[in-house]
Amino acid sequence: MAAMNVIVCVKQIPDPAAPGALGADHTLVRDGKLILDESDSYGVEMALQLVDKAGGGEVSIVSMAPNGEVSGMRTALAMGAVKGVLVSDPALAGSDALTTAKVLGAAVQRLGGADLVLAGTESSDGYTGTVPEQLAEVLGLPSVTFAKSVTVDGGTLKVERQTEAGYDEVTCPLPAVVSVTAGVVEPRYPSFKGIMAAKSKPIEEVTAGDLGVTPVGWAGAGQQITEVAQAAERQAGEIIEDDGEAFGKIVEFLDNLKVI
Amino acid sequence: MAISSIWVFAQASGDAPTTGTLELLTKARSLGGTVTAFVGGDASAIAGALGEYGASKVYATGDLGGALPGAAVASAMQAVIAGGDRPDLVLFPQNYEGRDVMARLSVKLDRTVVTNNVDIAVEGDAVKVTTPIFGGNTLVTTTFTGEGPFLAAFRPKSFAAESAGGGAAEVVAAPVPDLGATGGAVVTAVHVEETSGPKLDEAEIVVSGGRGLGEADKYSMIESLAKVLKGAPGASRAIVDAGWVPYSYQVGQTGKVVKPKVYIAAGISGATQHMVGMKGSKNIIAINKDKEAPIFGVADLGIVGDVHKVLPKLIEALQARG
Repeated sequence: MAAMNVIVCVKQIPDPAAPGALGADHTLVRDGKLILDESDSYGVEMALQLVDKAGGGEVSIVSMAPNGEVSGMRTALAMGAVKGVLVSDPALAGSDALTTAKVLGAAVQRLGGADLVLAGTESSDGYTGTVPEQLAEVLGLPSVTFAKSVTVDGGTLKVERQTEAGYDEVTCPLPAVVSVTAGVVEPRYPSFKGIMAAKSKPIEEVTAGDLGVTPVGWAGAGQQITEVAQAAERQAGEIIEDDGEAFGKIVEFLDNLKVI
Repeated sequence: MAISSIWVFAQASGDAPTTGTLELLTKARSLGGTVTAFVGGDASAIAGALGEYGASKVYATGDLGGALPGAAVASAMQAVIAGGDRPDLVLFPQNYEGRDVMARLSVKLDRTVVTNNVDIAVEGDAVKVTTPIFGGNTLVTTTFTGEGPFLAAFRPKSFAAESAGGGAAEVVAAPVPDLGATGGAVVTAVHVEETSGPKLDEAEIVVSGGRGLGEADKYSMIESLAKVLKGAPGASRAIVDAGWVPYSYQVGQTGKVVKPKVYIAAGISGATQHMVGMKGSKNIIAINKDKEAPIFGVADLGIVGDVHKVLPKLIEALQARG
């Protein structure tokens, strides 16, 4: 095809390097700066490459966040996406994956749909892992999940899809939803020019209500966290500094277990 | 509403149900009510085993003709439910197919999903599932609200599989309805990445390598150590993402869950992602040059040292013992 429009779903998450915490309402504390989930940077990169290869078209992004956060979206725009829709609504806090898929589906439609919708396989903070496939069902589209390679050939997707034992080759007509595994492509670093340009790229902010999606948040979740407990800690054992002979300790340990 | 009917999304590996399927059937029958297995494909070879582990009925879609199971199996499930056989609870394995079928069904039935669970309990009218978060340090219990069917996915090895000594289950056809556009994805070729030696998730000993190995070539040390121990080689997500080894080697949240007798982590710092996949090992040995690495918090034996120095000596010593 001559031109290809791709929409990428991106999640903005608390920095995974910082220790996570649950708030009083049992949702993940998200008051710090949110960043683009690394899992989604692969989708953004793949979208940019596919549009390049198609010789035309553009990459747009959709995101959902309770508090108007756009810093993670700016990273995707700095990489080369041209515009975005942010669904931001305090009532979205506590939303389950199904509600998220409905909201993202409505955001995709707000952008007029696309030839291809890309997402990560699962977010790095909530990792429910069902949103891409739910999104496909919401949009009435075919889907290929866990893609480790994606090419487009005359309106048909060719995907190498990860399996338990190896991978499958899958074909799928467009439009479609595809979730990509981490490492599928090497995400580019935004250039200085890209970062500057991203500041003026349009992000339309809408509420769930604007998109006609209700109910959201805890009210629409169909599930409730009823208990949070500390797991039984595994006790750390003996820690030794290698003096050149520590391998002997391992041999002794294995010997005692009678596995050698 | 007590739970009176439970479905298990059942999968086969060759002519036998997968271990994960048997684990879920075993747990399902302990929760009360009838247990039904739902198979995406032909069930004739596995109906006997499904019955033995507790299924009194088996729905089977018949050959999917290469269609990815997500839309196909979920549509077949929805058709059975629309026909009047409505489960209270559907259990899925936490794997590629399980997640896809569950996700499609979730939208079709407009019901929530809870994934990554390790336990389930039915207390009166309440169905509660338990999910470890923050690398397994915190256990979150979630109670389903509203009307079923409740949809929950469970990590491998959450339950022990035990035969119920039951006879073969009745097999009922549950054909896939016309999928329209959603059925467009078709498998055209299957590739199996063979590894020699025991399977990663069944091996008594697992030796995994991480970024601390420094470069892809050094992974051969992990393979050598695994070989001399008659174990399976594994990997952290970092080096899988870097392309050093195939995804099928990955231990962790998004890879395989292993619970071997001995787990050796070499050059792995112990990110949450990884810990979730190996914390259940009976004995853990960690080798890492950073003494602050989180992996040492779960290790029974921790060696603060350079894997490039420790591993060659260890391999040599083990080889010398024959």
